[in-house]
Amino acid sequence: MILPCHCEAKPKQSLIWTQMKEEIKKSYFIAKKDMGTYYLKPPLISWGLMLPIVFVFAFYFRNPMGIKEVVPGLIGLTLLFSCTSMAAIVITFEKRIGALERLLLAPLNFRTILLGKTLGSTLFGLMVAVFITLILIPLMGLHVKHFWAFIFIFVFSGLAFSLLGILISVGVKEVFEAMTMSNFFRFPMIFLCGVFFPVPSMPFPLPILSYLLPLTYTVDGLKHSLLGDKGMIPLSLDLLILLAFVILLFSLSLFIFKKRIRQEF
Amino acid sequence: MGDIILVNDLTKFYGPTLAVDHVSFEVKGGEVFGFLGPNGAGKTTTIRMIVGLTQPSSGMAWIDGHDVTKEPVEVKKTIGLVPETSNLYGELTALENLIYQAELYGVPRKERRVRALDLLDEFGLKEHQEKPFQKLSRGLKRRLTIAAALIHHPKILFLDEPTTGLDVMSARGLRKLILDSKKKGLTIFLTTHYIPEAESLCDRIAIIVQGKIRIIDTPENIKSQVKETEILEIRLDYLPEDLKGLLLSLDGIEKILIDENRIRFHTKSLDQVISPIIKSLEDRGARIQSINTLSPSLEDSFVRITGLDSELMKIDKPIKGGPES
Repeated sequence: MILPCHCEAKPKQSLIWTQMKEEIKKSYFIAKKDMGTYYLKPPLISWGLMLPIVFVFAFYFRNPMGIKEVVPGLIGLTLLFSCTSMAAIVITFEKRIGALERLLLAPLNFRTILLGKTLGSTLFGLMVAVFITLILIPLMGLHVKHFWAFIFIFVFSGLAFSLLGILISVGVKEVFEAMTMSNFFRFPMIFLCGVFFPVPSMPFPLPILSYLLPLTYTVDGLKHSLLGDKGMIPLSLDLLILLAFVILLFSLSLFIFKKRIRQEF
Repeated sequence: MGDIILVNDLTKFYGPTLAVDHVSFEVKGGEVFGFLGPNGAGKTTTIRMIVGLTQPSSGMAWIDGHDVTKEPVEVKKTIGLVPETSNLYGELTALENLIYQAELYGVPRKERRVRALDLLDEFGLKEHQEKPFQKLSRGLKRRLTIAAALIHHPKILFLDEPTTGLDVMSARGLRKLILDSKKKGLTIFLTTHYIPEAESLCDRIAIIVQGKIRIIDTPENIKSQVKETEILEIRLDYLPEDLKGLLLSLDGIEKILIDENRIRFHTKSLDQVISPIIKSLEDRGARIQSINTLSPSLEDSFVRITGLDSELMKIDKPIKGGPES
């Protein structure tokens, strides 16, 4: 049997570039749809804003003078909670209602689907975190140093947290499992990542755990930017480690996503 | 037109269970090809392997020349699939759903809205275009799901149990839409467990039972498999008890099907059996209201080929719950 060849004689580089553009465009469409149907809804927005506001008040009433010191941690927490809120359940939920099948039927590879889901969650998290930051910075009389690094800390952290959520979402079968798992990761991070207590002052072996969690580097990077280089490791290293988290979590999520889909479909 | 779908020895195991057993067939461009079989026969699994949703355990399939396991993205550009459950996005309106599908399939920006509106018009959904998918009736959801599968102008449309769970009018309307799509040159691959649906829509039918294809042919050729059999249909005023056993004991009767007061006798020697049948019925006090001879139907052939009771084909799969169904 002779099968027709559909190969096109395009230069390899231009073909790869066209494919990449196409993938990014389709990821954007997935993210746009998710923003409309899941993220930009009152319950999710209010939950995203509620958490940092509650923390600010709780900390302010306890120690009004020390509130400035925890602003980087509060911004980091806001990013963490808003990025993971839906990301941790989105794929499990869509699998449950059959909607994920629509994406699997479309001419998209697994990478594009995952990128789209991550982008939607990251954009939402960034929107909430930027809103909180724009209130907190002038309110506390803080100034942003290393502006571009500050921006990249936001972007890399948003991506890493969303991917942490996505990793949970692709790894479990039921929505309730996803929620339990996401809290299992998120709540210890509040105490382990330097939000309220500096990591070096924690008793051994807690700092080891802290260094394994991405929020540690978000908070450290933000401390460099907002508190005048009060971070524990260089800012460039914070950025590099966060980028490494993004690459690692994306690769791991992609691997598990492919494996799960092949098992379950 | 040449073969647009080619399936070779496709097999699927779920654990130790063999769901699809070395299935091979080809579908010609422009034809309506039907997979007919009872629930659990392996129809959906086969379709899902062909479109690249499920990994086959062994075997291969090509769509328009593309290997489904090696080039899944190319395959998906060529096809549209309408799954058994209408699974568009509940929160999006009919129009938004179609535009989103157009975006995912890479339809150029300028054409997305135009194509979506044309399809809404063609599928009689124009007045529902601003309604969220979850607010549509089951029949309209089905139509919209088919429209969504056509937004990128595929060469092949896969329909998995297209009329299951629909009322008579919706099912009839949908069958007309399927035939209209065929007239436009679309190749259609459908699965169904409704024998009359397969007969009225398909150019060729593959009968599949327990994961194995029993026969592939045109409905006419499949019916001719039981041509030598004649069918006598007698309608009675009432049905005496234990009649079936008595009648089966008569010589020359192959099979008896009883449906309320109507009895169908399958025989190869009508002349010889007709008198003893009438005598037996009269002896039991039954009054004959009508007698007819019938040609074998696709249902009769199905029963003969598969050895299954045709009543089994009338059982619908339970419809999945949730707002998307």
